[in-house]
Amino acid sequence: MLGLKSKKDTSPQKTITEISELKVTVISSVVSIIVGLLFGLVFLFIIEVIKETPDMTNPFYGFSNLMVEGFSSIRSIIKVLYKAAPLLMVGLAVGFAFKAGLFNIGATGQYTVGAFFALIAAILWQFPWWAALIVAMIAGGLWGLVPGIFKAVFNINEVITTIMLNWTALFFVNLLFYNNPGIYESRERTMNLAVANPSAILPDLGVSDSYFNIGIFIAILFAVVIFIVLERTTFGFEIKACGNNKNASVYAGIKAKRTIVYTMLISGALAGVGGGIQYLSGTVPYTVTSTTLLPMGFNGIPVALLAFSNPLGIIITSLFISYLQVGGEAMQPVYSPEMVNIITSVIIYFSAFALIVSQLIKKYMKKRLGGDEATEETDVVLDVASEEVNKISTPKTPEEGGEK
Amino acid sequence: MGDYIIEMNHIRKEFPGVVANDDITLQLKKGEIHALLGENGAGKSTLMSVLFGLYRPEKGEIRKDGEVVNIQNPNDANDLGIGMVHQHFKLVEVFTVLENIILGAEPTKYGFLTTKETREKVLELSKKFNLMVDVDAKIEDISVGMQQRVEILKMLYRENEILIFDEPTAVLTPQEIDELMKIMKNLIKEGKSILFISHKLNEIMEVSDRVTVLRKGKYIGTVDVDKTSIDQLSEMMVGRKIDSIKKNPAKKTDEVILEVNNLIVPSKLHKNNAVNNVSFQTRAGEILCVAGIEGNGQSELVYGITGLEKISSGSIILNGKDITKMSIRDRNLTGMSHIPEDRHKYGLVLDFNLGQNLALKKYFQEGFQHNGFIDFGKIKEHSEILIDLYDIRSGKRSATIARSMSGGNQQKAIIAREIDCGAKLLVAVQPTRGLDVGAIENIHKTLIKQRDQGKAVLLVSLELDEVMDISDRILVMYNGKIVAELDPKKTTPQEIGLYMVGAKVQDRFKTVGGEA
Ligand SMILES: Nc1ncnc2c1ncn2[C@@H]1O[C@H](COP(=O)(O)OP(=O)(O)OP(=O)(O)O)[C@@H](O)[C@H]1O
Ligand SMILES: [Mg+2]
Repeated sequence: MLGLKSKKDTSPQKTITEISELKVTVISSVVSIIVGLLFGLVFLFIIEVIKETPDMTNPFYGFSNLMVEGFSSIRSIIKVLYKAAPLLMVGLAVGFAFKAGLFNIGATGQYTVGAFFALIAAILWQFPWWAALIVAMIAGGLWGLVPGIFKAVFNINEVITTIMLNWTALFFVNLLFYNNPGIYESRERTMNLAVANPSAILPDLGVSDSYFNIGIFIAILFAVVIFIVLERTTFGFEIKACGNNKNASVYAGIKAKRTIVYTMLISGALAGVGGGIQYLSGTVPYTVTSTTLLPMGFNGIPVALLAFSNPLGIIITSLFISYLQVGGEAMQPVYSPEMVNIITSVIIYFSAFALIVSQLIKKYMKKRLGGDEATEETDVVLDVASEEVNKISTPKTPEEGGEK
Repeated sequence: MGDYIIEMNHIRKEFPGVVANDDITLQLKKGEIHALLGENGAGKSTLMSVLFGLYRPEKGEIRKDGEVVNIQNPNDANDLGIGMVHQHFKLVEVFTVLENIILGAEPTKYGFLTTKETREKVLELSKKFNLMVDVDAKIEDISVGMQQRVEILKMLYRENEILIFDEPTAVLTPQEIDELMKIMKNLIKEGKSILFISHKLNEIMEVSDRVTVLRKGKYIGTVDVDKTSIDQLSEMMVGRKIDSIKKNPAKKTDEVILEVNNLIVPSKLHKNNAVNNVSFQTRAGEILCVAGIEGNGQSELVYGITGLEKISSGSIILNGKDITKMSIRDRNLTGMSHIPEDRHKYGLVLDFNLGQNLALKKYFQEGFQHNGFIDFGKIKEHSEILIDLYDIRSGKRSATIARSMSGGNQQKAIIAREIDCGAKLLVAVQPTRGLDVGAIENIHKTLIKQRDQGKAVLLVSLELDEVMDISDRILVMYNGKIVAELDPKKTTPQEIGLYMVGAKVQDRFKTVGGEA
């Protein structure tokens, strides 16, 4: 809520310092991140200790690289931004749905469909980048719309439908891939955009670094727009009302079903744009896989959670997680890529976990300050989410098909 | 001093923007029923939550049997023999009665539940105190009255000696209230001590021994019930005399505002229809009251009219327009406001602030939004007016989160919002539930004022006093049907009672599809 403090002081003396909602949120997030990092360090020691020939300099080497790499050079910073862009989009997708009380675990499916349609538009239809992004948005949106409709019309839990649609998305994309020989270079990966359609690559504004493109700016723009939609518009008001109390929204004349459908449509569209931004960067081809879902969509969950679904907060948390991922790469060769994956997952996981703990603390403080006993619902969401984070934190090779 | 089982001395509890308890002293004698009285937001629930360990006071001490105790949380309270029935029950809906009773104090042997002995213990308790429950029924399937008995059994099972009841009667039907009064007297006989919050002065006069009155967070005094009167109590409570409602007769008009024809609403609980072929009309300038015992279709009738539930057949005409198939928003805009029965489920978005809640039915109108962008300044301005007009008390005015407001003030907020809509028809379901006498007086005056301004008020109430006092015409519902149409001036509560229990049916309603 807006931190409006009433000017009128009704109490004669004020002994309780008012802790604004925002402050608590920021503190919780920061503390969680620190706790997550500490766990990461402890974890590095543990792996070292159980080695046959422990070398106690390794954890320090690894950890400092992990921490420093993201800032170490312009190129690393560019890479952090590059990786953050799609993360930001999927984080927004998950966070936006959270606001309406919906748990969109299907961001990865929407992301995948968005990614592939962006490539179809770019390679087969020779669209310029912006048009390809719009195609990605539409495709992702439609993929989100389906669970939205199921939820609104048949009251089928969106968690189930979105999970199922994740796999449907993957196989649907594979089907399209094999049926459109024009799109692939080999029977594994799509054509290099630089060859197939250079105008579909996101503009780099003259920066020569191959990782640099306007993706991050597009994503930030979306975050700001989503923030404005949620906090300033009647539509956002309706979304939050539905998320907080669906019965009361219906009573107030809000079309809750329609709101749910729109929310899922938009959520899917955001994830779809994320897929578009990633694959229109021209740095990665889409690589066919039929055994694993792309982890990007799932990473949106901790991104959204760490930011309490606040769109502006999501900008920061996506940068943080991307920074970890970039830092993780610098831990090689001492640590194998799989190891790095585990370590970054540990940090992300424990951050999310610490967040739940800090939520509990916040609840306790609220109680002392006279808050309420009923934040249980959000806790349930967090619990589910933490389980999900748990599941996906187990490393998944191949990571987005590897970069060129 | 020695005969007090609980003493709360100089308790102070603050919330951001309000001092909910300011130097409050409460002494509970062993074996008494001690009532706690005060206006909405006076700090009663807060004080009890302090005793139960939900809040920690900034100042003051609590003594049990003369010794200072430190109550950090409800477990500590429980160890000291203090139990509490909250106004909104805290039961697990999908668990059985038995499971709920033992929850948190499960008897185990080698890590396994030993339900058999517990079951006997619970059955024994329920017999001893005359608390009839079906131990194997699920909470979601039993009535509110029975749920409350479960809460009481829960305290007894934990062998609590000091029982706190926070507004136990607000959610009960008059019959259930009588029952509860008996149970409370029984508990005293068995050596328990009771703290009892209620806004209903006649209940307090009936069961309690002493009363402590709070006003705006401050301690006003403690009096013996034998030595006081309803008038004195209400004066202590609000600081002024409460006048009885003066009502000038309704101006008769022929303008029909609401017309309900052969309405049938299916029931969610059983196969029969909850509302079975009901027809009636409400005219401008009258308060039409639908009376009846809870569960005879009044709620569903309202849900059908307001569009919250689907109807199976019939038609509804509002201001001459057929609204049978209209959306809820369109119904509202055609001229309907609705004070809902369940304020937490429908009435408020608890995590929104007061200002937003007061704008829940207006935020989309021009002025409150421009091109889809909400004007929060306007929302605040609008709410500040209503807050003053309806005396809604809260810590941070329009910025207060609705959840943190006292129950009665939440209700006032809903009423303010609905009347502010200015609709021709006001559907009010139990509008005074949980309100203090002063606030009830205000609401009644407001409803009558609405009527005098030519609006139609459809009032659903379980409170016979309220029905007799302010309605111009009474319809009695029994078993989904209207069984009588009465003139409050020419009938008696006894007569209404007979229709309510189905012992009598007016001739004209005996045939199917009678017209009211
Ligand atoms: N959790 C809370 N956070 C902030 N303020 C609160 C909280 N609980 C109560 N208050 C404020 O403290 C005051 C006392 O509230 P309390 O609930 O004790 O009133 P009450 O006497 O029980 O009223 P009612 O009869 O309406 O239930 C109110 O002004 C209320 O707004
Ligand atoms: Mg209360």
